[in-house]
Amino acid sequence: MAEVVVWVDHAGGVVAKPSLELLTVARRLGDPVAVVAGEGAAGAAGVLGEHGAVRVLVSEAPEYGEFLVVPKVDALAAAVGAVGVPVAVLVSSGGEGREIAARLAVRTGSGIVTDAVDVEVGADGGPVAVQSVFAASFTTRSRVTRGVPVIVVKPNAAPVEAAPAAGAVENLDVVFSPAAVCARVVECAGREASGRPELTEAAVVVSGGRGVGGAENFAVVEALADALGAAVGASRAAVDAGWYPHSHQVGQTGKSVSPQLYIASGISGAIQHRAGMQTSKTIVAINKDPEAPIFDLVDYGVIGDLHTVLPQLTDDINHRKN
Amino acid sequence: MSLRIVVCVKYVPDAAGERRFAGDGTVDREGVDGLLSELDEYAVEQALRIAEGSDGEVDVTVLTVGPEDAREAVSKGLRMGADRGVHVEDGGVHGSDVMGTSLVLAAAVEKAGFDLVLCGMASTDGAMGVLPAVLAERLGVPQVTLLSEVSAGGGAVSGRRDGDRASERVEAPLPAVVSVTDQSGEARYPSFKGIMAAKKKPVVEWDLDDLGLDADGVGLAGAFTEVVEAVERPARTKGEIVTDEGDGGLKVAAFLAGRKFI
Repeated sequence: MAEVVVWVDHAGGVVAKPSLELLTVARRLGDPVAVVAGEGAAGAAGVLGEHGAVRVLVSEAPEYGEFLVVPKVDALAAAVGAVGVPVAVLVSSGGEGREIAARLAVRTGSGIVTDAVDVEVGADGGPVAVQSVFAASFTTRSRVTRGVPVIVVKPNAAPVEAAPAAGAVENLDVVFSPAAVCARVVECAGREASGRPELTEAAVVVSGGRGVGGAENFAVVEALADALGAAVGASRAAVDAGWYPHSHQVGQTGKSVSPQLYIASGISGAIQHRAGMQTSKTIVAINKDPEAPIFDLVDYGVIGDLHTVLPQLTDDINHRKN
Repeated sequence: MSLRIVVCVKYVPDAAGERRFAGDGTVDREGVDGLLSELDEYAVEQALRIAEGSDGEVDVTVLTVGPEDAREAVSKGLRMGADRGVHVEDGGVHGSDVMGTSLVLAAAVEKAGFDLVLCGMASTDGAMGVLPAVLAERLGVPQVTLLSEVSAGGGAVSGRRDGDRASERVEAPLPAVVSVTDQSGEARYPSFKGIMAAKKKPVVEWDLDDLGLDADGVGLAGAFTEVVEAVERPARTKGEIVTDEGDGGLKVAAFLAGRKFI
């Protein structure tokens, strides 16, 4: 059966959830071959095999951590070479993922599709990428017409499914290109773990905007997020006001999210914000202004003050859980 | 020592306007107002700050590829304070995907001459966010991308890259391709002086011949991807909206329970 190369994002061998989702997508197209590079990479092999990876190509070298992006491109290119002609290369969306995929596409003379919200099997057995464009007002289906289709897939595009496979671990030989060892990481500070899921990966996102009214008031947003096991997002207005870190900004110039449930509190729904969350499956909004454009999108909306609605909602959820 | 900065900018349809597809599967720009992509303004801003903070001679060129009205993106950069402009316009470019566009940009950047290429993190229309990396690969130079802080000088560029898991300080020797995020620093408004001065600044116009490119490699003919279907999504059916009468939170909880979220 044709092989599908899957780039695995991990931290010290702990595989990111979107990479496991990619294995679900990959199995529709062929036999998944997982590529995992960097410190602790070998530790990821077990979970990758449990989720359908037939082969796991592993490369552990210090270069992956010491230099920006390009060593990983070299690893992925080596994996594509080792496979021969894969039916597709899948990478999950994110700053670095997009860049790895992009450089691989140039190197292999291939077309690239980014931000796929789903991948279907085309008439020829090859991948057809489904995208949601123009602030989700259009759904497009695209095909790569040259080279090996390189597809960057958004988180939550597919469920994580257990599918035990061989998961045969092989050492991947990578010869680093001259460009790989140029952009050096001279200092690295890990982000403080909030204990909450990653914003772009989360199944549920609770966001706060201008209506939150201050940094300290984000506690009500966080409390609801914790009750739901959700990530916390923020609108640009809230971020620009310094109430919440930029890494949590949802929108055109921040992060694009497409969770199962998105709760917008105190967010009017400027077009730039909508562009970053409109593909969410279910949308709930709480806003004092009945004219707020966010209400045009919602599955359920409450015209009211988030400072009373959110705590009541949080209490009720916690009450139901107990 | 002089430093040549080329800022790649894009003229994009205003996101506030209605966007649609033309018959050939490309974006229909008729009747849609355009503007310099907001994210590219940050790149222009950083180029100008590098120039202002430098002891040596710094030359800032604003480069765009696009139809006639895309020249406005270059003009905006000049009004902000860039020294010169390059506008690549050729009918053959219409319908280019990122592979075609990057081929044209790479050729133009090389023809213009560069030590540093500055880009926005993504366009506000296509929003793929891959062009800076593609350009670096094509030019064979390091990429130092998604920077929220940038400085350049002494033959090197350095900055801070805020990733999903970590914040990194990165540096690379020049020449290099850099992209900056919207956190890099508010872009300036053109001053009256800047607006007047921009009128006298040189803008060169190149076509594919000038860049030694074959029309087959770009445009729709040279695209590596094909949109096989574009379907307008029915507008979301507006859900139920209630006014909080003291039980708003309980009502949301009931809705969420009904959808099995709790």
